[in-house]
Formats: sequence, structure tokens, C-alpha cells
Amino acid sequence: MDKNNELSDLLSRFICYSSAHLPDDVYGKLKEMQQVENEGFAATIYDAMFENMKKADELKRPSCQDTGIIQFFVKAGTKFPYLDELEQSLVEAVKIATDKAPLRHNAVEVFDEKNTGTNIGTRVPWIDWELVPGSDSIEVYLYMAGGGCSLPGFAKVLMPLEGYGGVVKAVFDQMTSYGVNACPPCLVGIGIAGSAEVAAKLSKKALLREVGSHNPNPRARMMEEEMEKGLNEIGLGPGGLRGKMSVMGVNIEQAARHPATLAVGMSTACWAHRRGHIRINGDLSYDFISSKGVEL
Amino acid sequence: MIYELKTPVSDEDIKKLRIGDVIYLTGDIVTGRDDVHHRAVLQNKEVPYDLKGKAIFHAGPIMRKNDDGSYKVVSVGPTTSMRMESCEAQFLEKTGVKIIIGKGGMGPKTTQGCIDNCAVHTIYPGGCAVVAAESVNKVIDVEWLDLGMPEALWHLDVNRFGPLIVSIDTEGGNLIDDNKKLFNERKEPIIERITEKLDFLE
Ligand code: SF4
Repeated sequence: MDKNNELSDLLSRFICYSSAHLPDDVYGKLKEMQQVENEGFAATIYDAMFENMKKADELKRPSCQDTGIIQFFVKAGTKFPYLDELEQSLVEAVKIATDKAPLRHNAVEVFDEKNTGTNIGTRVPWIDWELVPGSDSIEVYLYMAGGGCSLPGFAKVLMPLEGYGGVVKAVFDQMTSYGVNACPPCLVGIGIAGSAEVAAKLSKKALLREVGSHNPNPRARMMEEEMEKGLNEIGLGPGGLRGKMSVMGVNIEQAARHPATLAVGMSTACWAHRRGHIRINGDLSYDFISSKGVEL
Repeated sequence: MIYELKTPVSDEDIKKLRIGDVIYLTGDIVTGRDDVHHRAVLQNKEVPYDLKGKAIFHAGPIMRKNDDGSYKVVSVGPTTSMRMESCEAQFLEKTGVKIIIGKGGMGPKTTQGCIDNCAVHTIYPGGCAVVAAESVNKVIDVEWLDLGMPEALWHLDVNRFGPLIVSIDTEGGNLIDDNKKLFNERKEPIIERITEKLDFLE
């Protein structure tokens, strides 16, 4: 097998595995939450969730039927030997995984309104690039953007005098209306910036951070913690059927804003937060960061 | 209360259900979401199955085609029911479906539709698609496959499929609506409290 085929093959195994297993941090957090959600429907649903994870692992099947639009967020070392072919390898990997996992066909061409049947379409898989000067390795984050968990997403530009409270209100309003459709407990990603598209993109990047991680800015961290606590007090419970908690956490990412704008973006991840994270070196050895110790 | 029901279900079976009850369902059901509703209601096409007393599952499954041309369910779980709100009541009226299965709640039109057509909406735990697939005995057949794998009308034979939590009943009860009212009441003071702590503007 030549090196490019080897790379797409490795990436396809990474996608297949991530469709069937949640990352270590998400699994750990859900285990913790299950101890707390020990009453009523909440307890029944947590049991079903863990039974589902067990079965998905045993039968090697996508744990949720909605394997989403495939998105990659790549930190690409400028010295990575296969950089020129990387985009093609990622697309090829999606094709292979669609057949192998198998993934659901989720790419519908806009205007033609036809499902391509391959998970490949215009700008899909969605690939976001960041360059890492001098490095000969790449880091690939995979995110399976399901329908239900993408539904609460929004971005809007507030007037600065609406303040950070305006951000809190916008997020809480969305969570109590659309949140129940995003298979809570959710991870809430928030972006704060000067314009809508930057805030929206950062909100998705916030979801790529581990559950339980914190923004290094002390005020941002305090806001994450306060919002997590507040959302949990609302008690959406699993599936919106009420419980003692609502979210796995709140992650915030920011970019400097314009003096006259305060833009907020929100993305939600459902409990089945299929975020894969892998580092691939120049010799194609790898470190499967989101599922420690797993060999692909 | 927990009920074991078999399709076709009768009006009596449905009338005794109240929000918060749980059903385990055995028999034949169909999957159908946006496009099936669009075709059946908005384009007024004939639904190729007799759905009287049956269930519609808001779901877009992953299916695997076997060598002999039959299909096997790989993964099938509920999708957001609210997307079908605009035409579910008409779908109930047209087909005689008695049980809607999905996730999240549905709105006032469907609630009225359930009262008028003696039907219920139920919630299956979202994301639990392998467990759900395991309660499918077999794929009986499929229609409208031209809509694509997730959108087609899959006809499934299921065994003790559940828990299906009743979220809209025939008396107008709506569990998720009630929950949302509660969430919204709790929300306001919490937002105020957090806002006070975030006075960062200089
Ligand atoms: S919100 Fe997530 S768990 Fe729920 S159906 Fe969609 S992808 Fe699956």
C-alpha cells in the first residue's frame, strides 16, 4: 500500500472507531452524571445510554444512527510529508468509512435537494485548516455533526451594552427551547467575538476542547462554571425529560471584538458527542488522543 | 404505568394512556420523517401501507443490504419530532396511525391531532440506536427508497420496542410542554444571578 493509501486507510479506521465509541472524557463525565441522575425517567434513560454504548462496542456499529455531516478540524504541520495530498486522503477516508462503518448518507446537495449517497458533497466533508509552522505531524479532530445537536446552533451580534448577560440570556433561551431536541446532556460550545461568523466558528472549536477543560482566562473560566451550574439547575435531564442536570459542561472560546459589537455563537454537542482526536506523525505512526491506548 | 401493546392497537388501548406512561410495543411499524410527511400530506400521495392502528417512527436508519437483496438494520434511533409538527395531524387523519415515536416534544397542532384521532406521541431515548436496532426482528420491506436511505418508508417488525414514554395523550396532556414551562420559570432568576457576576464592561 502506498503512503497516501495508508493515510486514508488509517483515517477511515479513525472515523469508524469514533462513530461507535465516545471519547474517554465524555464517557467518564457521563459515568459521573449517571451516579447523580438516579431517579425516574432520567435513571431509565442513562441505563439505555450505557446499554447502547456497550452494544455499539460489541457489535462494532455506529452508536447513533445519525453519524452526521463529517467535519474535520486539522492542525497541519507545514513539514508534514503528505500535506499536499491530505485533503484528498480525508475525503477518501470518508468514502471508505461510509461503506465500512457504515455511516448514514447525510450529504444533501443544496438547491438540487438530492442526497449524494456518499457523504461527499459540496464543501463536505467540511475541513477547517490551521497551520503549525515547522511541525512534521498533523492533528485531526473529527466531529460528526448530527441534525438534532446542530439544531440549537445560532450566532448573532449583540449591542455591547447588552453585556455578557446578553450572551447568557441568548444561550439559556436557546437551551430551554431547542435544547431538548439535542439529546441532552449536552456540551455547550460558546464563541464570543466581533462578528457572527467568527463567534460561530469559535463555538464549534469550543466543542473540540475536552469536557472538564477550562478557558485559561479567569473571567472566561468563571463564566463557564457559572453557566454550567445555572444550566444544570434548570434540570433538563436526559432527553428533556427532567432530571438534576442538563449539561456535561460549557466551553467558551473568544476572539478580540470590535468596540461596537459583541457577537455570540453557540454550538451544542449531544450526549453522543462523537469527537475524535488523533495526532499522526510524518512516519504515519499515531497517537489516538481521544481514546487512549486504542489501536486502530 | 407500563403497558405492553401489540399492533394494530385499538382506540381503547390508546385512550387509557396518560403522559408519563411507558409502552413496550410489538408488531409492525414504519419509519418516516420529513420527506414521507411531505409526500403523504403536502403532495397527497397514497401511502403504500395500511397504517391503521400502527405506529410511525420518526427515524432515519442506517441499513445494510444483504446479498439476497433483503435489508438489515444497523442502527435506528429517533429524530426530532418537532420537524413534522406542521403536518403530523393530517398524517394521523389520513393514515389512522395511533402511535407516533420520536424525540423531543411536538406542538399544539399535533396535540389537537392526537385528541381528534385518538393517538399518542411517545419518546424513545435519543441516541440509543443500537439498542433500538436490536429490538427489530426483521425489515419486512421498504417503499419510497428513491427518497434516500434515511428518508425512505421502512416497514419493520419489532419486538417489545421501548421504553416509549408517552409525551402527548388523547386528553391534550403534553409532557414536554409542561417541562418547558418549568424550565422557563426556573431560567429567569438564574440568568439574573449570573448576569450580576459578569459585569466586565469597563
Ligand atoms: S442529537 Fe446526537 S444522539 Fe441525538 S439523534 Fe442526533 S446525533 Fe444522535
